[in-house]
Amino acid sequence: MQRIGVFVCWCGSNIAGTVDVHTVAEALKSEPGVVFSTDYQYMCSQAGQDIIKNAIKEHNLTGIVVCSCSPRMHEATFRKTAAAAGINPYMVEIANIREQCSWVHKDMQTGTEKAIILGKAAVAKVNLNTPLTPGESPVTKRALVIGGGIAGIQTALDIADAGFPVDIVETKPTIGGKMAQLDKTFPTLDCAACILTPKMVDVAQNENIRIFSYSEVQEIKGFVGNFDVTIKKRARFVKEEICTGCGACVEKCPMKKIPNEFNLGMDNRHAIYIPFAQAVPKVATIDPNACNMLKKGKCGICSKVCSAGAIDYTQKDEFISEKYGAIVVATGFNPISMEKFDEYAYSQSKDVITSLEFERLTNAAGPTAGKLLRPSDLKHPHTIVFVQCVGSRCAACAEKGKEYCSKICCMYTAKHAMLVRDKYPDTEVYVFYIDVRTPGKNFDEFYRRAVEEYGVKYVKGMVGKVTPEGDKLKVQASDLIANKQLHIDADLVVLAAAIEPDKSARPLATMLTASMDTNDFFTEAHPKLRPVESPTAGVFLSGACQGPKDIPETVSQASAAASKVIGLLVKDKLTGNPCVASPNELMCNGCSTCERVCPYGAITYEDKEFMMPDRSKAIRRVAQVNPAVCQGCGACTVACMSGAMDLRGFMGSQIIAEVDAICK
Amino acid sequence: MIVSYFPGCTLKTKAQDLDMYARKCAEVLGVTLEEIDNWQCCGGVFTTVNNDAVTKLSSVRALDFARSKTQPLVSVCSACHNVLKQTNHAVQTDKAFADKVNLYMGNESPYDGSTQVYHYLEMLRDLVGFDAIKEKVVNPLKGKKIAAYYGCLLLRPSGVMQMDDPENPQIFEDLIRALGAEPVIYAMRNECCGGYVTMESPEFAAKKSKAITDNAASFGADMIVTACPLCKYNLEKNGNSVPVVYFTELLAEALGVKEDTQNA
Amino acid sequence: MHNDNTRLTQEIIRASGVNPSKCMKCGKCSATCPAYDEMEYHPHQFVYMVESGDLEPLMNSKSLYKCLSCFACIDRCPRGVEPAKLVEAVRFAVIRQQGADHMTPDDVPAKLNEDIPQQAIVSAFRKYRK
Repeated sequence: MQRIGVFVCWCGSNIAGTVDVHTVAEALKSEPGVVFSTDYQYMCSQAGQDIIKNAIKEHNLTGIVVCSCSPRMHEATFRKTAAAAGINPYMVEIANIREQCSWVHKDMQTGTEKAIILGKAAVAKVNLNTPLTPGESPVTKRALVIGGGIAGIQTALDIADAGFPVDIVETKPTIGGKMAQLDKTFPTLDCAACILTPKMVDVAQNENIRIFSYSEVQEIKGFVGNFDVTIKKRARFVKEEICTGCGACVEKCPMKKIPNEFNLGMDNRHAIYIPFAQAVPKVATIDPNACNMLKKGKCGICSKVCSAGAIDYTQKDEFISEKYGAIVVATGFNPISMEKFDEYAYSQSKDVITSLEFERLTNAAGPTAGKLLRPSDLKHPHTIVFVQCVGSRCAACAEKGKEYCSKICCMYTAKHAMLVRDKYPDTEVYVFYIDVRTPGKNFDEFYRRAVEEYGVKYVKGMVGKVTPEGDKLKVQASDLIANKQLHIDADLVVLAAAIEPDKSARPLATMLTASMDTNDFFTEAHPKLRPVESPTAGVFLSGACQGPKDIPETVSQASAAASKVIGLLVKDKLTGNPCVASPNELMCNGCSTCERVCPYGAITYEDKEFMMPDRSKAIRRVAQVNPAVCQGCGACTVACMSGAMDLRGFMGSQIIAEVDAICK
Repeated sequence: MIVSYFPGCTLKTKAQDLDMYARKCAEVLGVTLEEIDNWQCCGGVFTTVNNDAVTKLSSVRALDFARSKTQPLVSVCSACHNVLKQTNHAVQTDKAFADKVNLYMGNESPYDGSTQVYHYLEMLRDLVGFDAIKEKVVNPLKGKKIAAYYGCLLLRPSGVMQMDDPENPQIFEDLIRALGAEPVIYAMRNECCGGYVTMESPEFAAKKSKAITDNAASFGADMIVTACPLCKYNLEKNGNSVPVVYFTELLAEALGVKEDTQNA
Repeated sequence: MHNDNTRLTQEIIRASGVNPSKCMKCGKCSATCPAYDEMEYHPHQFVYMVESGDLEPLMNSKSLYKCLSCFACIDRCPRGVEPAKLVEAVRFAVIRQQGADHMTPDDVPAKLNEDIPQQAIVSAFRKYRK
């Protein structure tokens, strides 16, 4: 018989506000096995943990039930407490009377009743608990970073600097991401390329870093410390090791009317191209949808002009398998499509552009060589209207916009407006805003400078309609402070489009079994305390794949993710989860069902010799579980038709005891 | 194909052309418009307050008639279509409203919102198909630059009307292309002509209409087409020199049945 | 009086089906409104004033009869507030009072001309008359 102690937490008023904690503690005293029961304001605090430790010693407890918050929150805390007092940590059970009780009930009576029932179930389970000891697994000392923008670059550099090998997988032909497309960065106005490209070079030169550009992750198997990843390196029809990036092929390529993605389609590139001058790796790529040689077998000019002999029209996609100890997701963001916001006439006029397009228009390496010329007629725009929150904070229609604030738009718009006024003082600049949000170091000062020193006209209100007519864009907007409707004849309208996670994030999350929120941003393990880790062990988050972020925040998170990865990779062995499947070999009928349903490949079959009831010996085929690979999901236990498979810590008998306690 | 047809008050009076061409063209396209027995005026406006069931009864009657024939319900006038579609949506989504109107109707089987409501344009797109129309065009409108005017009633509220993207609609333009002409895209095509304030403040309606026709003209439109008699009135009376034509007339011209009717 | 006003406010909110507290005061309704210049109170003000029970000025305002019911504010509002429905609910609260029709049959002949479609008369009545 167990000697069980019950500890009911108030969680301040979080639990005690809707659950009568004294009554719960009293009620559980009479449950079988319970020898001690008490309540305390904050059981997770040092004082609370001491109550548990002292009770273990005083009452010779063998099992613990803590009625508190979700086990995701503090199960580990209380297991450590128990271990410190000398009992097996797996003799601790949590009854979740916060998330699943006090937070969802309004009425004290029902809340208390339910808390008691949940407590009884936990007690029933502890009565059947047995001490468990976790196994160990080795750690592959290499990290994978998915995404080669500033987030991925920073994470990779930090991990590599600590001495671990890192691979970056980037879908584009070059690393650099969105930051490579930016002109200047707020609030200091240093040029994005000047601070980014040296880092890109560092990546290229770092012996610990390999770049798989023009590549994508195809398959991920395994678990923390031991991921098996297949990377698809798409054929770029250029031998990367040989190409010197001289650009002779690009110059001579006759297909030169291909919309240039790097400049967001505002100018053209060739069928063979290097995205931009500072690309890393600086090698050419052939666009198979545009190349005449690849489509029709006619041309071959690039091959003739390449003195290095790097062109290879027969190149095929290559698949690379590699093992990693940790995976960092850094898949970034994109501006949303403006298709559903055509009241701003984005599809109707070339002179209605997004803010990212504006970045290219003011960038010295952009389609206008940095001169601010409007796309339709390459004239200098004299009146520019910036519209904030296009598709952000939009709760009306999920297909249209995003409910969240995109966070970066207020600041980059202030930057755009200020730079225009600085370079072209003859230009009138309006910014229409709902709220100006500038929480960040030197951010509000920056925005105020745009208004006070540069004369940007900030108008509290929105643009309702943009009507192209003649060579003007007639902007109809509201000025809520003046209580007026404004009609502005603009030359250029710039839309601060909401941002969303890259489309590759969702399938990647599925491969990683990492969780996402409703907006397809990756979810962190804890919003405050574990912000750079995914709840899936060994998977870390870097940059805007987790939520909208500016560059300083992205870099901070990237380094934080790297430090977490380093913390993992320095370990030689990882302590596993002892709550793994284990077969009762005598009951196993060798049907292989469990092997087929196991998503981790943890189950194999073995022929074993058994002593039969008549004392004869027989060879039987039985299931074996690799405890280092098993994640304890339990799929095999429900699939097993003979009832041979059970999950340690969650045995069938324990679950039934819980259900019985609840239904009693 | 037989469909129930709700012409509406104005198509029997000031907008007889809209009606006549609609019928002629439907015939050519193999659609029979079966006029609803004893239909009553839709009222021209769907009131959005949820305590005004009575004014929607005429629409419910029309919808119920179509249901009894298991036919889709088609109308040409933008206002009629808007009222019918919104009423149908209210029956589908607002149980209190549905119960109330059915109490008034006193039908044996209550009307359940199951009738498919089509604007004539949607009928052309979804039931006939623009490709099929293209094949039947005998007189392609080559070289004509035509500006479609949607106004507000066809597209909004978009959640209910579901005809097309409310900010960048294509249905009218696709029809114009099918007829061999070139559509003119202009931003004011989905802005209001002044609609029902035409009586109350004609000068206000005039201002709104003028802005629309000017915007269409600035893109070189030879002609504006519309589905709504009130829009046509406003644009014609207050606009510039760009002619305003019912889309059914344009369709009749392309299908070669416009002369026929004139000769007849 | 205060209670009457509160009751009427609640009635208007209920009849419109609008939740004015969803408004984030961005002003897009008023930015897109084609009747803005004709109105003394603009769409965003309707939402705010109904929410705060400031009905009297609205009920006495000609703005009620200028809204075109074009639903541009409804379609373009980022928060799904539907200001036009509030305008209509306030208008109905006025014209449903005894003798408060904004247009009567006697007014019609003077407003007619040869071309005006029936639709204009019908819809004006539905909007302006009990």
